Amino acid sequence: MIFQTYLNLYMDSNQLDIIDKKIINSLQGGFPICDNPYQQVAGELGINESELLHRLDYLLSDKTLTRFGPMYDIQKLGGAFSLCAMRVPESKFAQVNETVNAYPEVAHNYKRNHEFNMWFVLATETPQQIQETCNRISEETGIRVYNMPKLKEFFVGLHFTID
Amino acid sequence: MDTIDRAIISATQSGLPLLSQPYHAVAKQINQPVEVVKERMQAMLENGQIRRIGAVPNHYKIGYKANAMSVWDVPEESIDELGKLIGSLPYVSHCYQRPRFLPEWPYNLFAMLHGTSKEQVSEQANQLKELLGDKCRQYELLYSTEILKKTGLRLKSQ
Repeated sequence: MIFQTYLNLYMDSNQLDIIDKKIINSLQGGFPICDNPYQQVAGELGINESELLHRLDYLLSDKTLTRFGPMYDIQKLGGAFSLCAMRVPESKFAQVNETVNAYPEVAHNYKRNHEFNMWFVLATETPQQIQETCNRISEETGIRVYNMPKLKEFFVGLHFTID
Repeated sequence: MDTIDRAIISATQSGLPLLSQPYHAVAKQINQPVEVVKERMQAMLENGQIRRIGAVPNHYKIGYKANAMSVWDVPEESIDELGKLIGSLPYVSHCYQRPRFLPEWPYNLFAMLHGTSKEQVSEQANQLKELLGDKCRQYELLYSTEILKKTGLRLKSQ
């Protein structure tokens, strides 16, 4: 069962018009598998297909959307996910960031305001590759990688609605 | 994951083509009939291997300027009850139990908070603190200050 929470926001972003917002809100919920899916979605949004494609291209290129497409669950595909943290000295941060991001197993990486200042998600095709990747990153950077896999999931799901 | 599923995943993991007939484009790329691509993707959607097909907004860009990972040190024996309680709040997007690393990392309950300002997020954290009461031994808010990478799943080419 999928739980979705709706957060409403008053935008301070002026460059998105009402159609962009409708596209963003609508396309978080799903996209059809059929011969002409953009045409179908465009029809539901009251625009034509080429406008939808053009706007999606723009929203992706200006990074309002980080991606558009199927979201794969690597655990259900036999692989694994884990959240990992590092305490990176500020003087080495850029260099370590470059090293860490070069790993294809690193799906997301965030800088956070804490002694543990680098937080990344590993996604690997087999569960044992998580620890192997942590070890390789540790060896390459000389900094300990804390592997913090989820032990229990209490909630996941958020739909960002913009007004 | 068989070779056809794998080829579909490789062809779509960075995104669905922005073409009038995206599934036809994928089919052509991997040399399979479009019906096979649609059936396989539909099956992966139904069994949860595809969570959904859709857009992922950059929360900074759409106005969620403050995004914090709140981390809490709570007793293991209460974590199921507390996790469910925290996970039910509307501004919490993810709530997980994760391992501690003592002494440097005492936190075992993680909840992601999202708001338009740090003030709003710290108010959310105050509400969590009140709900947890004396079960909360200590907590911290780790704000994200920069997205260093956000690509999602990538299969290595084989």
